[in-house]
Amino acid sequence: MPFARKRPKDINAGDRRFLMGMRLSGIAVLLLLLSLLFYLYRLAAPALERFGVWNFLRGRDWNAVEEIYGALPFLYGTLLSSLLALFFAVPISIGVALFLNDIAPRRLATLLGFLVEMLAAIPSVVYGLWGLFVFVPFMRQYIQPPLLQYFDFLPLFEGAPYGVGLLTASFILAVMIIPTITAISREIFRTVPAVQREGALALGATRWEALRLAVLKPSTIGLFAAGVLGLGRAMGETMAVTMVIGNRPDISTSLLAPAHSMASVLANEYAEATSDLHMSALAGIGLALFLLSFVVNASARLVIWRVGRAWK
Amino acid sequence: MKKFLAICTLASASAMAAPTLINGAGATFPFPLYSKWFSEYAKVKPGVQVNYNSIGSGGGIRQLLDNTVHFGASDAPMTSEEESKSTVKVLHVPTVMGSVVVTYNLPGVTKALRLSPDTVAGIFLGKIAKWDDAKIAAENPGVALPKTAILVATRSDGSGTTAIFTDYLAKVSPEWKSKVGAGKSVKWPVGLSGKGNEGVTGLVKQTPGAVGYVELIYALSNKLPVAEIKNVAGNYVMPSIESTTAAAQGVQIPEDFKVSITNASGKKAYSIAAFTYLLVYEKMKDPAVTAELVALMKWALTDGQKFAKDLGYAPLPAALAKRALGAVAKVKAEASANVAR
Repeated sequence: MPFARKRPKDINAGDRRFLMGMRLSGIAVLLLLLSLLFYLYRLAAPALERFGVWNFLRGRDWNAVEEIYGALPFLYGTLLSSLLALFFAVPISIGVALFLNDIAPRRLATLLGFLVEMLAAIPSVVYGLWGLFVFVPFMRQYIQPPLLQYFDFLPLFEGAPYGVGLLTASFILAVMIIPTITAISREIFRTVPAVQREGALALGATRWEALRLAVLKPSTIGLFAAGVLGLGRAMGETMAVTMVIGNRPDISTSLLAPAHSMASVLANEYAEATSDLHMSALAGIGLALFLLSFVVNASARLVIWRVGRAWK
Repeated sequence: MKKFLAICTLASASAMAAPTLINGAGATFPFPLYSKWFSEYAKVKPGVQVNYNSIGSGGGIRQLLDNTVHFGASDAPMTSEEESKSTVKVLHVPTVMGSVVVTYNLPGVTKALRLSPDTVAGIFLGKIAKWDDAKIAAENPGVALPKTAILVATRSDGSGTTAIFTDYLAKVSPEWKSKVGAGKSVKWPVGLSGKGNEGVTGLVKQTPGAVGYVELIYALSNKLPVAEIKNVAGNYVMPSIESTTAAAQGVQIPEDFKVSITNASGKKAYSIAAFTYLLVYEKMKDPAVTAELVALMKWALTDGQKFAKDLGYAPLPAALAKRALGAVAKVKAEASANVAR
């Protein structure tokens, strides 16, 4: 009898403890984020005070010897390489996702889907080494010379065929974000009710028309969000980019010119930044990257959330 | 009997279980040698275990100042700003010498290129942009130089190698000194940058027409062609262990060993050479660690020197090693010392 009396009480206590634990975990994430932001800001404060936030962000000079630090070349490199990567990756990813979801036989779809996910599992330094030793020579020999030869009237293709550079980095990034965008696009296509496709086909639409009107069109906003999440991943990518982008803090209109990125400069200079101001300027770049990724990811989540609600 | 043996093993195991731990961090440049040293030393003295993190000279200095390691290691001497952050004097103990080489990729050119300081500075300033430039051609008669553009490859990460190389360029070229300066990371006037020695090696190896700078050991082990550099005496000198040693001989080395030996005046001296240092506090807190660290440094400056050559570093000249030993003997443990755990 005492046993029976004790049990419900215990369960209640357990429930309470469980609830408490879960709440603590939730709060911990929030605290982690805030403390990260706080410490980054505290570390970056000397540089931001010295140059002013606005001047730091738009400064084009990065010179550790003269202690002048401006973040613009890195902002430019990160944004442009990521957006270009997105430009290459989105059509391919949507194509793959549509193929896997609507066209491929189920067995092939399972296999292909698995392979695409495997791409995401490859460590980024492996992409970087492959880029440096295989892809860069390929770009230098077969891609960049014809671009320079036939499109030299465009300011986009100027200079020498170095192999490394912004365009090369964008290609590598595109390969790296394809799995992310494909996976999310597939999820979005799955939310389209089968009745809708069948309805379109029943009304006499061809397969292309059915996919376009019944699947792609209602998915537009979701696909946008998938792209933005891919963008977030591309912006934070470090090792692969730093090995192929050329690491030159310059702003050039040419896509073949070497450039730099925010994540690369952190990886490159953090270990040997002896002066306090150098360290602080690097923290400032870290803070800017943090906020940029945060905004990009948050906006994507917001869009996905709204789409999900609209479907319900 | 079996029981007795078991007890013996247990007893000796517990005696072995508490080795003295020495923690260090710093330069990547001498890391291959240091890791060899510390593993060899563990054989000589099984009770001592050295952990060395090759996180870069800057990181080593910072960790020493934060008291998270017992010793630091750096390719460049500490600046007065850095030294002012410590209340206790930091000793610079030179361990070996290394050199930085100019390497290039010129298909068809088999003879080693000869470069004067002016030409090297001109190339890295971007003023000499083609391989068949008159300046290069004048120094290399008989060499069929290609008409291609020079692609300059540099280090993108902050590095002691860069510090040594730019220290040299700032000494030989007033224009370099005013336009770029010297440091672990500088704003390069031209070219591409790769991360680490492997990044620069990759760029140079794959790009016909490229030129870059790496540590001697990297050029040796990757069989890269290296340039002969014209020294102060007017001789073109191939980088090697002998010519690196020669660089230290023409230089007056001060009491605290903080000296740059680039652009040395010796006849056979290679111009782009440098000491690498261990950084230790003169007064340390833990007597056991202090004694072991002093013993370790003494070993490195004597028996340890023989491992240097195989790994591409030049051993210290005997007289200098003796002076360094004298400096090491000054390191004392003091209960009141507020540093180094």
